[in-house]
Amino acid sequence: MSVRRRFFVTQALFGGGTLLVCCLAPLIGPTTISLTRVFDTAIPFAENVDAQIFFIARLPRMLAGALVGATLASAGVVLQALLRNPLATPFTLGVSAGASLGAMIVIIFGVRLSFLGVPATPLASFAGSLVAVGLVYSLARARGRGLSTNVLLLAGVTLNSLFSATILFVQYLADFSESFRAIRWVMGNLDVSSYDPILSALPMVGLAFVAFATLPRTLNLLALGTDHAATRGVNVLAAQRLAFVSASLATGAAVSVGGPIGFIGIIVPHIVRLLVGADHRVVLPASAMLGAAFLVTCDVGARTLMSPVELPVGVITALLGGPFFLWLLIRHS
Amino acid sequence: MLRVEGVWFRYENDDEVLRDVSLTIPRGGLVGVIGPNGSGKSTLLRLLGGLSTPSRGYLTLDDDDLTSLSRRTLACRVAMVPQETQLAFEYSVLEIVMMGRYPHLGAFSIEGPDDYRIVTRALESTGTAHLSARLFTTLSGGEKQRVVIASALTQLHGPRHTGTQLLLLDEPTASLDLGFQLEITELVRTLNAQGITVIVSTHDLNLASSLCHELVLLREGRVLAAGATTDLLTRNNVRALYGVEAQMTRNAATGHTLVVPIARTQPGQGL
Repeated sequence: MSVRRRFFVTQALFGGGTLLVCCLAPLIGPTTISLTRVFDTAIPFAENVDAQIFFIARLPRMLAGALVGATLASAGVVLQALLRNPLATPFTLGVSAGASLGAMIVIIFGVRLSFLGVPATPLASFAGSLVAVGLVYSLARARGRGLSTNVLLLAGVTLNSLFSATILFVQYLADFSESFRAIRWVMGNLDVSSYDPILSALPMVGLAFVAFATLPRTLNLLALGTDHAATRGVNVLAAQRLAFVSASLATGAAVSVGGPIGFIGIIVPHIVRLLVGADHRVVLPASAMLGAAFLVTCDVGARTLMSPVELPVGVITALLGGPFFLWLLIRHS
Repeated sequence: MLRVEGVWFRYENDDEVLRDVSLTIPRGGLVGVIGPNGSGKSTLLRLLGGLSTPSRGYLTLDDDDLTSLSRRTLACRVAMVPQETQLAFEYSVLEIVMMGRYPHLGAFSIEGPDDYRIVTRALESTGTAHLSARLFTTLSGGEKQRVVIASALTQLHGPRHTGTQLLLLDEPTASLDLGFQLEITELVRTLNAQGITVIVSTHDLNLASSLCHELVLLREGRVLAAGATTDLLTRNNVRALYGVEAQMTRNAATGHTLVVPIARTQPGQGL
């Protein structure tokens, strides 16, 4: 099968599956709702409980899950190619933690800035992730040929504990209700209950995905090594910078919506590679779609497994992702 | 035609690696670059491949200044095969060879029938067609080297360009056993016969002797001598280059000079 055919067939399959999951997810939950009642315009919205649950609680949540899942999975793919290590992800590198810290500082200290219509929270989490990716990237450049798994993991552990400690410190400065709200920035939670966070993150996500769309062929070559890429005609420095900024944008946007939800960026790209091979032109879009479906599914689990108590979705992804990560580590060594 | 004129090069905070190197390599040439460790062989290849820019001097390919060409344009004319290729992901052989088309395609385009024809031809001419569906990481050293050469060939194959096509090979046989060494040598000879200009850096004097028409002898970043292989492969030159006493014989079967190292005459440079 030609690359072209394989590309379209794969994307159609992943796209169809993701659409199905996203349509089903809002219908599942502790309260059963009827679709006919949800869309029954005869009942006023204020009295239509089914419509309220659907439009206020579940639909934004599904959209948030899809957005965050797609974004984190793609950022994972880009970081893995950029650092030439299949174990790199926004979460394990401490990039998510950096983004969380940024978001939390803005929330706790009540900063009310905005830039080109994008409010302070997503901007601050972008800044946080940019700092973290910048640190990891300069470490990789200083060491030349990509990052070995050891250095990568150590850098991640260090950054994660550094940012976590700062997050705790900032929390300590805040009062109780603020620090309760701040739990999201520690655990990861998709309980957005409004469309606002999604809308504010959207410009950054859009920008990141435009950049991602230009990258796959270049990522393939960067994965062979920078010298190899350069002799094949890649402008390595420009490509690395674009990959680095767009991955930070994506992670910042995702974290501003759902907090540091872990392991999406590693589970999803690995499953995709097992299914469709390593070509980033197939892997990147397929990972975005599977990421959306995966996180939406995990969130359905978070809402229903211990119902009526809701789990933060970050707990579910960590319970799935932790063992998966260990298995990968064992397999790679 | 490739011209190197008065080229100097140093890495950051380091001594000069190349000192006043001047060379002329005709289109269709098959040139070996030899010299001890640290003599600047790999650096010279890196400069020719556009991976580094000289601190002084000029590099021209068919009268175009190499350093002023864009990465993409340069890649259509000069391809490089590194000593070793390590992958971060499991690419198939076909995918690796297809990546050679990078400089010929836009960011969003997908390879078309022409690209497939070029890739198929490259796979066939390197004897790797039967491997195309295999994963690169599962290949032997010799197979990997041939696949990377195939990828370099697809890169050089462009409809727009009719000038010199330059293939740079950095110690292509360094990690290969005898059988694979012969295979790669034969492949390089065939490619050269098809009109591709080849520059090979190597430690193997007998490989250089049997393969290369011309040699460039590098020592401490300077060109000690450059010219026809038969003229340059002498006892005096081997002694001057490596500090090694060698016996030179003529191989009766092939007519090539055979270098048999006997003893070290002076201590190494310690580089």
